[in-house]
Amino acid sequence: MLKTIVEINEKIKKGKAVVVTAEEVIDIAREKGLHKAAEEIDVVTTGTFSPMCSSGAFLNFGHSQPRIKLGGGKAYLNDVPVYTGLAAADVFLGANALPDDDPRNKFHPGEFNYGGGHVIEELVAGKDIRLVATAYGTDCYPRRKLESWINLKDINDAILFNVRNAYQNYEVAVNSSDRMLYTYMGVLKPNLGNAHYSTSGQLSPLLNDPYYKSIGVGTKVFIGGGIGYVAWHGTQHNPNVPRGENGVPREGAGSLSLIGDLKQMKPEWLVGTSMFGYGCTLSTGIGIPIPVLSEEILRYTTVTDDEIFAPIIEFSETYPQRKPGILGEISYAELKSGHIKVQGKDVPTASLSSYPKAIEIAGILKDWIERGEFLLTEPVAHLPGIESDITFKPLEERLITE
Amino acid sequence: MDISKRIVLHFPPHVTGQPVVYRLVKDFNLNFNILKASVSPGEEGLLIMELGGTQKNYDKGIQYLASVGVKIQSLSQDVVRDEARCTHCGACVAICPSGAFSLEAKTRKVLFDHNKCVICGLCVKACPPRAMRLYF
Repeated sequence: MLKTIVEINEKIKKGKAVVVTAEEVIDIAREKGLHKAAEEIDVVTTGTFSPMCSSGAFLNFGHSQPRIKLGGGKAYLNDVPVYTGLAAADVFLGANALPDDDPRNKFHPGEFNYGGGHVIEELVAGKDIRLVATAYGTDCYPRRKLESWINLKDINDAILFNVRNAYQNYEVAVNSSDRMLYTYMGVLKPNLGNAHYSTSGQLSPLLNDPYYKSIGVGTKVFIGGGIGYVAWHGTQHNPNVPRGENGVPREGAGSLSLIGDLKQMKPEWLVGTSMFGYGCTLSTGIGIPIPVLSEEILRYTTVTDDEIFAPIIEFSETYPQRKPGILGEISYAELKSGHIKVQGKDVPTASLSSYPKAIEIAGILKDWIERGEFLLTEPVAHLPGIESDITFKPLEERLITE
Repeated sequence: MDISKRIVLHFPPHVTGQPVVYRLVKDFNLNFNILKASVSPGEEGLLIMELGGTQKNYDKGIQYLASVGVKIQSLSQDVVRDEARCTHCGACVAICPSGAFSLEAKTRKVLFDHNKCVICGLCVKACPPRAMRLYF
């Protein structure tokens, strides 16, 4: 052990911590060597900005007069339905929720111009949001109908809680069929017309901590422009996948559940997003600091795009039918060159994850730490690692006969 | 004075066999950049292009087009990027049929070359934050 989080925090408080981004650390380590770099650098900051579908917010509006029990009733924010299976004044607004009258894919491909992610962005932007609710009425909560403007600054609580974010690696999507596909990986042109990928590669949080040596439950993070925490491992967290010699998973692996105060967040880091023909979601900005506790932890942060490989998955048949097989593996360096070879064909590439925003996030987090405004936290529990018995289960359907 | 305008040309069937653009260049010294074309001999054709030259030659060229029966419209649609809304993700880059989007090598920001845009509108719906707008 080179240093502890307590020691690093002492340096942060004195404004003496050496903080670099996961991009900057690459050249520094090359120049100075791992050992010296690990001694000198205290924190490496990471960043990612991408559509993250399993995002949403718990909201508590406060109690109306007379009172209304939203729980078990129906409620809408700007016509987007929210989940009301909670107590009287709490709801959950999911990023993928759509207005009841949205035509969806009735006329394919649907446009999906407005959904839960857009409501979250507008809330954070300080706009008034229309709350419309109906309830069944009780002796203690007699009211049956409520229509009111609400505003983020006036409601009691707004907690962003994203149950699966910051995926550690992700597939590259292509389309072998002869028709255009409208997917969660964007518009895929026929006959391998394009290839879409979606992580920030060498800047991505979990690609810089492949074995979850420093990121754990309780790690303080940048989320949506505010401060949040790792609440748990994310759903579908699956550490037991093939990995390279550098420990980096060669397909989707770990993920994070993140929680944070929506009231601190900013609309440029929580952007309502429409995937043509697929649905609505929320593009979320996340930055995670990695404390350089050892040379090993630093070494992981020096990962470069040419050492991160992602599988190429076909989306007309293989993905939707959950068939096995990939069309090959490709490095992020090749993906970022703008063209890759798939089955002998030259295919233009594009990203759904914003690298410029990822750089900006890693820079903001670096700035917060350098200025002593952001102290690191010690994880209270590890994320399940390769020693865990986690397997990624498909749904094995069982026929309901009665 | 040099001018340059984006125009939509509708060719009646009897004109589609004629080298109209060649005449614009040869006789009126105009330069052109074809943005979109759908011209088959014997059928009505459509050509969207940017046409430039001196004002005098441009006017003569337009007169010539009208004289051979080409219907001329100024390009009334335009695709514009809302800079504040663009997250520079890149979802537009590989789907654009005319290569109007590219990445700035160093920053990886998405550049939009308005001159290469053929106003097909694919990026408008494929843009996740809806930063591309089609104006009429």
